[in-house]
Amino acid sequence: MGTVPSALKHCLSYQHLLKEQLWIGEPAPPPPVAPHPGQESQASGLPAYIKIVEVGPRDGLQNEKVIVPTDVKIELINRLSKTGLPAIEVTSFVSSKWVPQMADHKEVMRGIERHPGVQYPVLTPNLQGFHAAIAAGATEVSVFGAASETFSKMNINCSIEESIEKFEDVAKSARNMNIPVRGYVSCALGCPYEGNIIPAKVAEVSKRLYSIGCYEISLGDTIGVGTPGSMKRMLEAVMKEIPVRALAVHCHDTYGQALANILTAIQVTQAVI
Amino acid sequence: ASGALPKRVKVVEVGPRDGLQNEKSVVPTPVKISLINMLAETGLQVIEATSFVSPKWVPQMADHTQVMQGITQLPGVSYPVLTPNLKGFQAAVAAGAKEVSIFGAASELFTKKNINCSIDESLERFSEVMAAARAADVPVRGYVSCVLGCPYEGKISAAKVTEVSKKMYSMGCYEISLGDTIGIGTPGSMKEMLTAVMKEVPVGALAVHCHDTYGQALANILVALQMGVSVVDASVAGLGGCPYAQGASGNVATEDLVYMLHGLGIHTGVDLQKLMDAGTFICNALNRRTNSKVSQASCRL
Repeated sequence: MGTVPSALKHCLSYQHLLKEQLWIGEPAPPPPVAPHPGQESQASGLPAYIKIVEVGPRDGLQNEKVIVPTDVKIELINRLSKTGLPAIEVTSFVSSKWVPQMADHKEVMRGIERHPGVQYPVLTPNLQGFHAAIAAGATEVSVFGAASETFSKMNINCSIEESIEKFEDVAKSARNMNIPVRGYVSCALGCPYEGNIIPAKVAEVSKRLYSIGCYEISLGDTIGVGTPGSMKRMLEAVMKEIPVRALAVHCHDTYGQALANILTAIQVTQAVI
Repeated sequence: ASGALPKRVKVVEVGPRDGLQNEKSVVPTPVKISLINMLAETGLQVIEATSFVSPKWVPQMADHTQVMQGITQLPGVSYPVLTPNLKGFQAAVAAGAKEVSIFGAASELFTKKNINCSIDESLERFSEVMAAARAADVPVRGYVSCVLGCPYEGKISAAKVTEVSKKMYSMGCYEISLGDTIGIGTPGSMKEMLTAVMKEVPVGALAVHCHDTYGQALANILVALQMGVSVVDASVAGLGGCPYAQGASGNVATEDLVYMLHGLGIHTGVDLQKLMDAGTFICNALNRRTNSKVSQASCRL
């Protein structure tokens, strides 16, 4: 915008200016004591606190072309632990045949520093994975459902209901050991195979996962096709079945819509990200 | 709190001017003309074509006369051009321009560094353009830069943005485009700024020009829409980096904006596929990757 003489451009010390401007990069105020995600204490109608769940070490690395050595993963997780993030998804106890990037799950789980107050959930698609995770020191697990039958079939070779039955086994064992379980619902705003996904289906699957004992349901726009309107409609349907404080959103930025969708989710419900 | 969204949004395409002006490579005149013509075919109603500024300052826009004369001006499509002063205005009209834009800023330091005068002095220069435009029946669009932050001054008060916007509106600009020049704004600061400006300028005369330098553009635009703004500036393929932050992105990509608007059921009149084709064309000419996520997602390569 405007006309900036090229000579001037080189004189600008933008990074220097950024550091001087305290208002940029100000760390967020510390959360109130015992933050409650449903708390709305700002005049803006937005929550005072949002819990951010960092999925880079698992969801992120699993979907990168390059496989990263174990010590690099551990270093990444340790650095993330120091940022103040309250939850970091560490790895996935899935057969290395399916997900080679996560083959070192035991070593990673055993190798990371565990910071007090930080959760380190891991994926456990079935009872076998669950037991391996616990043996390696996991204290929170996640299970992955989908709002699309075709996606479920293509991804884990069974129907939605069959997958939830497996998760129910995990959830029962987890309950006995006092291990919290987080549930994910993929394809919440669209499926790469089925296309449009109706909000009622997302609500149905979410409700099933919540009823087997998941403490939180993360609603995933797996292919990033959602827009603020579809996010709002989906959340309104799910909120009829699940308390707001148990909801999270997992938005992909494939079409650049993530932050707008997340803002909508925050506006519609004080969600965990 | 979110209000009802507008049913229609006018998308103002600034790629050929704001975009290309801030790209490293200079694009030949025939390519610029083809780009503008392709964009006109997408259904876009407003395409900022070029800038009648001295080539000493903006070499990328040196061919402004040839571009203006070379494009096919489709009926129903507006091709505004930048005119920083009377001389530029006269050259623009002589070359066939039927709408012009003037650029103010909400920051004294930015104005000083940019055009070497104060805000008031810049508005005085513009008043000459306004008078000539009124006499020639040429509509004038006003831009206010740095509305959510300034690379020199840092924080910018909503009151200052309001003051400058009000002045430009009362001088005769039919529309005021509020620019987050360094993309530093977030939904909260956008809301606060618009709340202040809307007390003095009717929302129907407001537009937002959000930069995506910090990835906040669409979220900021969404908030503006919720507040009643229905004119949004964007640049095809997200052309135009940030002159203040090396390597950073700049304008929000028109494709990503249109994707969001269409997903919301808002009418734009724009054919997204044709828009992506125009983006592909100019990125090939510039030998660069697109900044549009939608384009990246749709690429079959």
